[in-house]
Amino acid sequence: MKRKEYNYTEKKDTRSGFGDGLLHVGKNNPNIIALCADLTGSLKMNDFKNKYPNRFLQIGIAEANMMGIAAGLTIGGKIPYTGTFANFSTGRVYDQIRQSIAYSNKNVKICASHAGVTLGEDGATHQILEDIGMMKMLPGMTVINPCDYNQTKAATIAIAEYNGPVYLRFGRPKWPIFTKENQKFEIGKAIVFSEGKDVSIFATGHMLWQALEAEKELHKSGISAEVINIHTIKPLDEETILKSINKTKCAVTCEEHNIIGGMGESISRVISENNPCPIKLVGTNDTFGQSGTPYELLEKYNLSPDYIFKSVKKVLKKK
Amino acid sequence: MSKKLNISDLENISSQVRRDIVRMVHGVQSGHPGGSLGCTDFLVTLFFSLMNKKKSFSMDGKNEDIFFLSNGHISPVFYSVLARSGYFNIEELKTFRKIDSRLQGHPATHEGLPGVRVASGSLGQGLSVAIGAAISKKLNNDSSIVYVLLGDGELQEGQVWEALMYAANNNINNLIINIDYNGQQIDGPVDEINSLKSLNKKFKSFGWNVIESNGNDIENIIKTITEAKTILKKGLPVVNIMTTIMGKGVDFMENSHKWHGIPPNDEQLNNALNQLQETLGDY
Repeated sequence: MKRKEYNYTEKKDTRSGFGDGLLHVGKNNPNIIALCADLTGSLKMNDFKNKYPNRFLQIGIAEANMMGIAAGLTIGGKIPYTGTFANFSTGRVYDQIRQSIAYSNKNVKICASHAGVTLGEDGATHQILEDIGMMKMLPGMTVINPCDYNQTKAATIAIAEYNGPVYLRFGRPKWPIFTKENQKFEIGKAIVFSEGKDVSIFATGHMLWQALEAEKELHKSGISAEVINIHTIKPLDEETILKSINKTKCAVTCEEHNIIGGMGESISRVISENNPCPIKLVGTNDTFGQSGTPYELLEKYNLSPDYIFKSVKKVLKKK
Repeated sequence: MSKKLNISDLENISSQVRRDIVRMVHGVQSGHPGGSLGCTDFLVTLFFSLMNKKKSFSMDGKNEDIFFLSNGHISPVFYSVLARSGYFNIEELKTFRKIDSRLQGHPATHEGLPGVRVASGSLGQGLSVAIGAAISKKLNNDSSIVYVLLGDGELQEGQVWEALMYAANNNINNLIINIDYNGQQIDGPVDEINSLKSLNKKFKSFGWNVIESNGNDIENIIKTITEAKTILKKGLPVVNIMTTIMGKGVDFMENSHKWHGIPPNDEQLNNALNQLQETLGDY
């Protein structure tokens, strides 16, 4: 594989990938149960609800209860998927997840929409930027942040086959679709999207598209960037990260999350323990978000392709 | 264990379990004797007489009655009853709260202790889990019953009321909720800390059928659970407000929140053991 450019013909929200994936996995596995805390439409769970009403539990605005019920459903062999916004899927119910799900090793899939600043106009109360950190700190928790509609759908299907608690993070805005339809999703396996030799760009979630856009400009400037998708933040694919770093000797990480406690810190740990080299973390920096359009907010909080481009330039100087 | 045990057999088991509790807590000089002693009669009756359960433990608990302890701090009584009913060797009670033990300070599944299906300790979570397990049973066409025990102080946690509202509205009628109504919590009487006022009325207004019972009278416990099952058969949700005496069975521990979470010293242990007959052999 060599350098590859990505384009798109359609935009779709990643939450719709979740909704369609849930419908798909529900058809094939009668043990799949969907739970929602009064956000069925926002989570795109209506199709599942209509098709499998007996396996859809409307919990009401009571997320703590939802997490507990999900934990209990696993006793008896059910595979519960909880659906609410990322903020209410994590911070609001951290202790319930910690004790009843993670410590008790329950096979619950915590599915979290509207993560990050691209939630947009609802503002900071809803734009969680700390959820990856909270979830990755829990022993035994798998943390996944897919990049587009197709990957989110594939991840939603794949986690049913994995036995253990999973945090699946996705978003609200319509976003370019640039990965293959009906792809196979491998938990914990990073994907090299474009090979390069000068710098490694590791990106998760919506930020992978931003990174691929940055790569195009870098290419024009004669910089060869390797773009790698870290869809699974935990367990982290250390082998793929280190293989790339051995070649490029510097890295930029990109996530729609606080750089304190996010994916970038996890990657920094792997790199500093194994093969220290210059690294720059792109993400929000110890701040809450605010109201605005998704693209305005991506610009404002240094999550644009241009900011990634500049970060690469900076890190290259330190090599 | 068979259902042939009579009241006096169950009282004998309770006496031994109470010995286990004070010895375990004394042995490691930590743990919660008060609530454990108060709930001994209930848990013994449940595990040795009322529940239809399988001999060997499976996490899924399919086609058997299952129990959840939401007020996890009364782990000594839970562990003793689990061991005495055959889930694991009673010698393991010696390891309570010690390094590398399966008998953690608060119950956990993490070390694979048979009989425990979810961790508890952080209060207010067990009822939601029990509701999930009850729904799972319904979906599996499994007609057995889920039991859950909550402390009265624990009812100050908001999640409990989320769960109560949900279960009544969704007619979860294969679940018996039991409240350990001893009126005490760590800092003092529940009425002084944050009163539950008329608990019976609160439950009723949430859509529950309420039974009030005496949790330290084995005959009354059997009668109450039998009545609760009749209510479930009518398709209605039921809660059992079970008055208990914190520290029951050890005179100097009875009726005081002071013994919620402190262990007896050597002299107090001997005093307690003199009040509790060794019926099945100490571990």
